[in-house]
Amino acid sequence: MSLTLLNVIFAVVVAIAFAALNAAYLVWAERRGAGRIQRRPGPNINGPFGLFQPPLDGLKLMAKQLTIPGGADKILFVAAPVLSMFPAIMSFVTIPFSEMIVAHNMNVGLLMIFAFASSGSMALLFAGWSSRNKYAMMSAVRSVSQAVAYEIPMLITAITIVLMTGTMDLMEIVRQQGPSILHWNIFPLLTNSHNLLMPFSFLIFFTCTLAETNRAPFDLGEAESELVAGFHIEYGSMGFGLFFMAEYANIVIGSCLTTILFLGGWHPPLPFLGFIPGVVWFLLKIYILIATFIWIRWTFPRTTIYGLLNLSWKILIPISLFNLLLTAGLLKVF
Amino acid sequence: MSAELVLSSVIFFGLAVIIPVIMLLTAVFGPRSGGVAKNDAYESGIKHVVGMADQKFSVKFYLLAILFLIFDIEAVFMYPWAVSLRELGMFGFLEMVVFILLLLTGLIYILKKGVLNWR
Amino acid sequence: MSKPIELRPDETFVVNVGPQHPATHGVLRVKMRMDGEYIVEAETVIGYIHRMHEKMGELKTYPQFLMNLSRMDYLGAMGYCHGHVLCVEKAAGIEVPERAEYIRVIMVELNRIASHLFWFGAFVMDLGGFSPLMYALQDREYILDMMESVTGSRLTYCYFRFGGLYNDIDDEFIAAARRFIPRMRKSMAKYEKLVTGNVIFRKRLEGNAFLSKEVCRKYGASSAVARGSGINFDVRKNEPYSVYPEFNFDIPVFHECDSLARYNVRMAEIEQSLRIVEQALDKLPDGPIMPAKAPKIIKPNAGDYYQAVETARGSFGVRLVSDGGKTPYRLKLRSPTYSNMHLFDETCTGMMIMDALAFMGSLDLVIPEIDR
Repeated sequence: MSLTLLNVIFAVVVAIAFAALNAAYLVWAERRGAGRIQRRPGPNINGPFGLFQPPLDGLKLMAKQLTIPGGADKILFVAAPVLSMFPAIMSFVTIPFSEMIVAHNMNVGLLMIFAFASSGSMALLFAGWSSRNKYAMMSAVRSVSQAVAYEIPMLITAITIVLMTGTMDLMEIVRQQGPSILHWNIFPLLTNSHNLLMPFSFLIFFTCTLAETNRAPFDLGEAESELVAGFHIEYGSMGFGLFFMAEYANIVIGSCLTTILFLGGWHPPLPFLGFIPGVVWFLLKIYILIATFIWIRWTFPRTTIYGLLNLSWKILIPISLFNLLLTAGLLKVF
Repeated sequence: MSAELVLSSVIFFGLAVIIPVIMLLTAVFGPRSGGVAKNDAYESGIKHVVGMADQKFSVKFYLLAILFLIFDIEAVFMYPWAVSLRELGMFGFLEMVVFILLLLTGLIYILKKGVLNWR
Repeated sequence: MSKPIELRPDETFVVNVGPQHPATHGVLRVKMRMDGEYIVEAETVIGYIHRMHEKMGELKTYPQFLMNLSRMDYLGAMGYCHGHVLCVEKAAGIEVPERAEYIRVIMVELNRIASHLFWFGAFVMDLGGFSPLMYALQDREYILDMMESVTGSRLTYCYFRFGGLYNDIDDEFIAAARRFIPRMRKSMAKYEKLVTGNVIFRKRLEGNAFLSKEVCRKYGASSAVARGSGINFDVRKNEPYSVYPEFNFDIPVFHECDSLARYNVRMAEIEQSLRIVEQALDKLPDGPIMPAKAPKIIKPNAGDYYQAVETARGSFGVRLVSDGGKTPYRLKLRSPTYSNMHLFDETCTGMMIMDALAFMGSLDLVIPEIDR
C-alpha cells in the first residue's frame, strides 16, 4: 500500500510539474519562435537565451492587483481562471508518456480527457459572462460556439480510432501501434482497417485541436482587432496568468492526444531505434506538433466566425461521419 | 474500486484545484486600489459604460448550442458501440449505419433550413 | 457631437469601438449598434485629436506653418508638404528649379511606398496575421533611414521650402535609392506569396464591403478606395502638377469594388511608385535646389488659389485665400481620408463586426489626418 501510494504521489507530482513547466516555457518558446519568424530576437535579456523570462513574468503578474470590475459577478469572475486551469492539469493524469510513465492509466482514459477538455469552454463562458463587458460577452459566445462546433468532429474522429483498436484505454491504443511507423494509425496500410482516409482523419483531428485550444487561425475568441482581448479582457494579474497558462497546457494535451491516437505514442518510427527510451520519442513528437502550432499561428491571418463554423458543420462533420462509417464497414468486410 | 485509485484521484483532484487557487492569492497580497474609472468595465476608453453586457444575445448562438447538444449526445452514444463492435457483429454495424444516416439526414435538413447561413 | 446612446428593449446593444481600441489605429470612435455579430447601424465620431491646423495656418506666417503639414499625416507626410508648398508657390509666383522638383517627386514617391508598406502591415494585422507587419516595417525602415540622411527627420519632415528644398541629395542617397528598388521588388514578390495568395486572406476579402461607383462619387472618395471601385481618377494624371507629366507610369484600377480590390490597388501602386523613382533618378538634372532670388518674406498676391495633389491616402487639396498679407486670410485643407471614412457608416450596416473592421482597415485611415 505505502509503496504504491508513494508511486502515485510521485507520478502525480511529475505530471503536474510537467504541466506547469510546459505551460510556462511554451510561452518562452512561442515568443522566441515568433521572433525567429519575424526576424527579431524575441526575449533574450533575462538569463541565457531569455530563459528566465517566464518565471520573472510570473512574479511580475503575481505582484499586480486583481481588479474586479464593479458590475461583475465576483464569485464566477474569480472561479473562471481556476476552472480553466483545473481540467488542463487533470487531463495529464491519464496521458501515458511511455510504457512506464503514466500517473494513472484508466480503461476509459480517452473519454476522460474529452470530458475535461470540454469543461474548459465552461471557464471561458464564466469569464466572459461574469465580466459584464460587451467584448468579453461576445467573445464568450463566440468561443463556446466554436468549442462546441469543433468538439463534434473531434469526438467522431476519435471514435474511428476506438473502432480500430476496440478500446478507450490510451496505453492499449498506443501498444497496438507498434513496432514501426507503418503501424501508426495515421498510415492506413498496416493497421487493421486499411482505411485510406486516415491521413484526412489526422488532419481533421489536428484542425479541431487548433480550434479547441483557441489558437490562430481560429482564435476568434481573442480576436484583438475587434474584441480587444476577448473573454479575459477584464483580467489582470494572475487571473490573466492562469488563462494564459491554461491555453498552453491545453496545447500540450492536444498534442499529446494527437500523438497517442495517430502518431504511435512512445513507439520509435523504426524498430531498431528502440534503444532510445520511449519517453524521448513521445516528447519529440509532441514538440514537433507544438512547433507546428506556433508556426501556423505566426503565418496565417484569422478566419471569420462564419467561415469557422461553416468549416466544422458543413465540411468536417459530414466527412468525419462518412469516415466513421467507412472504417466500420472496412472492419466488418475484411 | 481500489483504495489506490480513490486516493490518487483525491490527491490529484485536490492538487489540480489548489494550485490555481494558490496563484490567485495575489488578490490577497497584491496592491489594492480603486476608483470609479478603474472599477468600470473597459469599453475602449468611454468613461461611463452604456447598457449592460448581461442582456439578451442574438438567438443564432442558442440554435448552435442546441444543435451541439444533439450531435454531442449522439457522438457519446457511439463510444460504447465502437468499443464492442466486434462482439456486436454485422447487426451492430447495420444498426449504426441506419443511425448515422438518420443523423446525416438531420444535418442536411438543418443546412437546408439555413440555420448555418451567415451572409 | 454624436447622438446619445439609447437603450432599446430588443436584442441589440451598443458597442463602442474606439477611441482606445486596437482596430481603429488611433483615436477614432465608432458607435456600433449590434445584433449579435451583426451591425445594425454605425456612427463614426471624430475630433478626438483635433488640433486646429487650419486656424493655425491663418495665424502663422507661411514659413512658420510649414512644419504643421507633416503633423497632419505622419505616415505620408511628404505628399501633404508638397501640396502646401505648390499652392503657396502658385500664389506667390515663385519659380522652382527643375532639380528641386525632381527631388520632391522622388521624396514623395518614396514616402508613398513607406506609407503603403505600413498600411499593408497594419491591414494584415487587422485580419489577425502579425508577421507581415514586421517584414513591411523592415522595408519601411530602409526608406526612413534614407530620408533621415537627407531631411534630418524620420517621420515629420520639414524638407520642402517655398521655391525649393532645404538640403540637396548626395550620391550616397542616390546609391541607396538605387539599391532599394530591386530590394523592394523582391519583397513584393514575397508579400505576394505570403499574403496575397493566402487562402484565408482571400476568403475574407473577396466580396467584402461592396462599394459601388455611385457611393464613392457621392462621398467624394479618392485614392485606392475609388480606384478599387473602377473610378480611374488620380490627380497625378487627371490634373498634372509638378514634373509628373515627364514620367511614364500607370494608374492601377480594379473593378471588383471589394476590399481585395482596394488591397490590390495599393500593392500595384508601390510598383508604380518604384517606376517613378527609377525614372526620376535617371533623369535627375543638375542645378540649384533653391531659386537665385527667393523672397525672404512670402507675401502672395491677393486671390483665391487651389492646389490638389495625390498623396498616399488620396486627393489632398489646399485652398488658400490671401489678402496680400503675411498670413493667409483663410486656409482650407481637404483631407482625403475624411471623405473616405464617411463611407463607413453607410456601408457597414448589416455586416458582421469582423468584416466591418477588415473593411475599415482597407480604407487606410490615419486619424490625425481626419481630425486635422
